Amino acid sequence: MAEPTRAIAGSDIAERLGRVPEAVVETGAISVTVAPEKLVEASRFLRDDRDSDARFLNCLSGVDRYDYFEVVYHLSSLAHNHSFVLRVRADHEEPEVPSLAGVWHGAHLQEREIFDLLGIRFIGHPDLKRMLLWEGFPGHPLRKDFMSLPSGKSPGLQRFPKEDPEKWGGEFRGD
Amino acid sequence: MAIKTEPIVVNIGPQHPSTHGVFRMRVTLDGETITDAEMVIGYLHRSMEKLAEERTWTQNIPFTDRMDYLAAMTGNMAYCIAVERLAGIEVPERAQYLRVIFAELQRIASHAMANGTFINDCGAWQTPLFYMFREREKILDLFEMTCGARLTLNYMRIGGVAFDIPDEFMPALQALVDELPDRIDEYDQLLLDNEILLMRSRDIGKISAEDAMNASLSGPMLRGSGVAWDVRKGDPYSIYDRFDFEIPVGHNGDCFDRFIVRMAEVRQSLSIIKQAMVDIPPGKHCAEVPLNFRPPEGEVYSRIESPKGELGYYLVSDGGPFPYRFHVRSPSLINLSALREMVIGQSVADAIVTLGSIDINVGEVDR
Repeated sequence: MAEPTRAIAGSDIAERLGRVPEAVVETGAISVTVAPEKLVEASRFLRDDRDSDARFLNCLSGVDRYDYFEVVYHLSSLAHNHSFVLRVRADHEEPEVPSLAGVWHGAHLQEREIFDLLGIRFIGHPDLKRMLLWEGFPGHPLRKDFMSLPSGKSPGLQRFPKEDPEKWGGEFRGD
Repeated sequence: MAIKTEPIVVNIGPQHPSTHGVFRMRVTLDGETITDAEMVIGYLHRSMEKLAEERTWTQNIPFTDRMDYLAAMTGNMAYCIAVERLAGIEVPERAQYLRVIFAELQRIASHAMANGTFINDCGAWQTPLFYMFREREKILDLFEMTCGARLTLNYMRIGGVAFDIPDEFMPALQALVDELPDRIDEYDQLLLDNEILLMRSRDIGKISAEDAMNASLSGPMLRGSGVAWDVRKGDPYSIYDRFDFEIPVGHNGDCFDRFIVRMAEVRQSLSIIKQAMVDIPPGKHCAEVPLNFRPPEGEVYSRIESPKGELGYYLVSDGGPFPYRFHVRSPSLINLSALREMVIGQSVADAIVTLGSIDINVGEVDR
């Protein structure tokens, strides 16, 4: 088992998911984007299918892409030593994604964390409430519009303006 | 006449020696038996994922120290490897060996702490913990010798490590490597047949291999249930494919098995260190990487085997000087997934042992 984990390419995942009709919305290089209403079915299929055997949920994370939210699922099979990446998109105004806590128990806490920090509602989660922050905390801090300055940019962006790559790209460590 | 009873809710923690930090378990008791449990976390939340989005890729390395502060080296290593994969940076050979030596030393130190506090939770008040601390102390001395810090090390850099080892490091490491096997034998004699430890931990907090996998448990939790999965073997990173070592596994998936898996892993780590000490080449200890560099647009999920389990970083770059998204798959948090199922039906004293065997670090749970 000294070989690295084989990442299944997006087109191959889409091919496997052909058994779940209308599940794949978009096929990328390393991942597929799944339709939210088909997410639970597609995950169950990948978990139970013998060749896919995605019984281990490595990581569940959410990304704020300004126009929409993206939830990313990193799955893997310990027996076949390969991995899958699934994505699902959620509307930015009222983000809702079906919960996978019934498919992988490991999604339970991770979905709560994403709900807490990004405000994505996981429909069907048995105990969806804030986990790291307290009840009544205003907003969801990992959203890009949380606590921005009047200029609309975050303090970090002002320190390293994008239009000045020379200033921050040219220094080399002297050894 | 029957005596009227009603369930009682008890808070274990947040400030309690057996919760290993500020962790609260709200348990509902029927007599001495737990009928429901809920964990309450967040007391140590420092919003590192948000803070990291406003700091450069290099400035984020100190955050990784402060997540799992008992295993700062592996935290550094996980993040640096993730950024190197994202940006396609080659790490010099010597730096790879130094990283492996320090990561394995850190694993020994972290397991010493985990086992010491676990036996503490089992009722052997403080004495074994001080024995374990004796070993950990020597490892921290080696860290101090190299990078000046003992806990929050901030030693690794993107592209290598911050400093080369001083001249006196190798003799000190050799002395430690010669001494440790005898110490571990001593612990095995003292602990493995210890009637009290066996009674307190065997068949307590059992979890099957199937359930462990479904709950995304990793590290000694997963291996204690009999799944021989170690990221160092299964998805080799750095130069782990060059070393010869075994994956210790348990059979019952109970607290005792997790304990002996950790004990056995210390021996395997020593073996890796010995091999690395022989092979380490001279050369540069860090690649030339701009201090504030910009990785290309893209994303990476990169994982390593930290002492607690699979420590993953999901990094998204928009081509800017700092991460667009910095997500940590922290093993301490996810290993708690099965806590509720494990403690329901147990007595309070057994729940404390079960929590101790998970080996959480609240800094990493809350981040």
